Amino acid sequence: MIDFASSFALVMPELLLTAAGLILLLVAAWGGDKLARPVAILAVSALFGAGVMTVPGLHFGVDGADTYAFGTLMKVDSFALFSKALIYLAAIGCLIVAPAFFNSAAAGAERGLRAEYPVLVLFATLGMSIMVSASDFMTLYLGLELNSLAAYVLASILRADQRSAEAGLKYFVLGALASGILLYGMSLLYGFTGGTDFASVRAGLEGELSTGQLFGLIFVMAGLAFKIAAVPFHMWTPDVYEGAPTPVTAFFATAPKVAAVALTARVAFEVFGGQVLAWQQIVMFAALASIVFGALGAIGQENLKRLLAYSSINNIGFILLGLAVASPAGASAMLIYLFIYVAMSLGSFVALLMLRSEDGNLFETFGDIAGLAVTRPAIAWCLLLLMFSLAGIPPLLGFYSKFVVFQATVEAGLVVFAAIAIAASVIGAFYYIKFVKVMFFDEPAGVATGKSGAAHWVLLAITAVIISPLGYLLTPSLTDLADKAARALFMAV
Amino acid sequence: MSIGIEHYLVVGAILFVLGVLGIFLNRKNVIVILMAVELILLSVNINLVAFSAFMGDLVGQVFAMMVLTVAAAEAAIGLAILVIYYRGRGTIAVDDVNRMKG
Repeated sequence: MIDFASSFALVMPELLLTAAGLILLLVAAWGGDKLARPVAILAVSALFGAGVMTVPGLHFGVDGADTYAFGTLMKVDSFALFSKALIYLAAIGCLIVAPAFFNSAAAGAERGLRAEYPVLVLFATLGMSIMVSASDFMTLYLGLELNSLAAYVLASILRADQRSAEAGLKYFVLGALASGILLYGMSLLYGFTGGTDFASVRAGLEGELSTGQLFGLIFVMAGLAFKIAAVPFHMWTPDVYEGAPTPVTAFFATAPKVAAVALTARVAFEVFGGQVLAWQQIVMFAALASIVFGALGAIGQENLKRLLAYSSINNIGFILLGLAVASPAGASAMLIYLFIYVAMSLGSFVALLMLRSEDGNLFETFGDIAGLAVTRPAIAWCLLLLMFSLAGIPPLLGFYSKFVVFQATVEAGLVVFAAIAIAASVIGAFYYIKFVKVMFFDEPAGVATGKSGAAHWVLLAITAVIISPLGYLLTPSLTDLADKAARALFMAV
Repeated sequence: MSIGIEHYLVVGAILFVLGVLGIFLNRKNVIVILMAVELILLSVNINLVAFSAFMGDLVGQVFAMMVLTVAAAEAAIGLAILVIYYRGRGTIAVDDVNRMKG
C-alpha cells in the first residue's frame, strides 16, 4: 500500500511548482500582459520556495529506501535534491534577466514581456524536477516531455522573429525524434525485462544481455545523448542557441542541461549499473568526441551565441567523462563540474544580455565586442574571468572542475582518455582567448550603450565571485554535497 | 499460422524505421516530419501493447495511454510552431529552413 502522506511530503517542491504554475497560468490568461511583471515575481518566489525545500535533505544527505515516493515511481534522494537545487537556481537566474530583454528593442516587433513566459519557465522547471527524481520509465518520460514541450514554445516565443520561429521548429523536430528514440528503447526494455521501474529493469538485465535488451540499452542512451547534446547527436544545438531569444538560450544552456545530465547518470547507474561494460565505451566515445568537436567547431564561429553553444558541447564532453569513469568519485566530479559550468554559463549569458548597441540590439558577433575593455571595462573584465575560467586556466574555478574530472579519470586507470581530453581542451582554449583578445586589443567598434539593471550586475558579480579564486572557499562544502549525492546514486548498486 | 509476439515487433520496428527515415530523407515539407514523428510514437505503442498482452502485465497499456496523451500535446505544439513559422516565412519546405547555418 502506498503511503500518500510521506509521498506528498517528499514531492513538496513539485507540488508547489505545480500549484504555482497552474494559478499563474490562470492569472496570465485573465490578466494579460500587463500582469507579466507580478507573474514573473511570483514565479521567481515559487522557484525560490521550492529551492529552500531541498535544503534540509541536501544538508543531511538522504538515500536508501525511504526516499521512494508513490511506490517506486519517484525517488527523492540526495542526488535528485542536488540536481533540483541547481536547476532552481539556474531557472531563477534566467527568469530575473528576462524582463529587461523582452522590454527592450532587442525583442523586435513584439516588445514587452509576455505573461506566459514565466509560466512556461515554471512548467519546464517542474518537468526537469520530475525528470531528476524519476525512478520509473513512465515518470521519466512524462517529466522529460513536460520539460521539452515547454522548451519548444520558449524557443519560439518571439513569434514575429523568423530566427526564433526557426529555432523552435528545429528544436521541436529533433527533440521529438530524440523522445521517440528514447521511448522505443524503453518499450524494448519493458518487453525484454518485464517492468518499467528502474529496479525491476535492472534485475531483468542480469547476466548476458539478449539482443532485444542490448538494442533497448543503445536506444535509451542515444535518446539521452540527444537531450544533453553530446556528439554525434549535437547538431541542433548551435542553431537553437543562435535563434532562440538570449534569455531563453541562457535557460537552455543551464537548467535543462543539469536535468538531462542528472537523468543520464541515474539511468546509467541505476538501470544499467549491472552492465557498465556495455555502455562505458559508448559514453567514453561520446565524451571525447564532444570535447574535440566542441573545441574544433567553435573555432570558425563569428556569432557569440553559436560560440557558446559549441562551448556547451565541449563542456558536456567533460561531464560525460566523469560519467564514463563509472565510479562514485567520477559521479561526484561530474556534479561539481555541473555546478561550476552552470555558474560560468549563466555569467557569460548575463554579460551578453548587458551589452546593447545604440539601436537597442544585443551584441551578437565578435565585431560588436571589439574594444569592449575601453567602452565597458567592468563587463569586459568579468567576461575575461568567465572566458579564462571556461578555458580552465588555473587560478579560476573552471580549472578546479576540469581537475576533479581528470583526477577521477586517472584514478580509474583511464590515463589515455584523460590525455586526449587535456589535449583537446588546449585547442578549446584558442577561442576563449580569442574572445578576450578581441575585447582587449582590438579597436573599439560598436558603441555599447544602454544601462543594465541592478539585477544583472548582482548576478554577474555573484557568478564572477564564484568562478574567481575566492570560489575555492566553496569547494569543501560543494565536494561534501556532491559526495553525498554520488553515494545516494550508488546505493541502488 | 498463429500470430506471435515477433510479428507485432516486426511491424513496430518497420513503422519506427519509416518514421526515422521520414524525418531524415524527407525534402518536401515539415508537415510530413510531424507525421513521421507520430509514426514513431505509434510504433512504440504497438510494442508496448503487444508486450503487455503477451506478458499479461498491465503496465505496458498504462504506458501506452500516457504516450498517446503526450503525442497529442506534442502534435498540438508542433503545429502551433509551424503556423508561426509559416506566418513569418510564407513557406514550409524543408529546404527553406535555413536562416541559420554553420
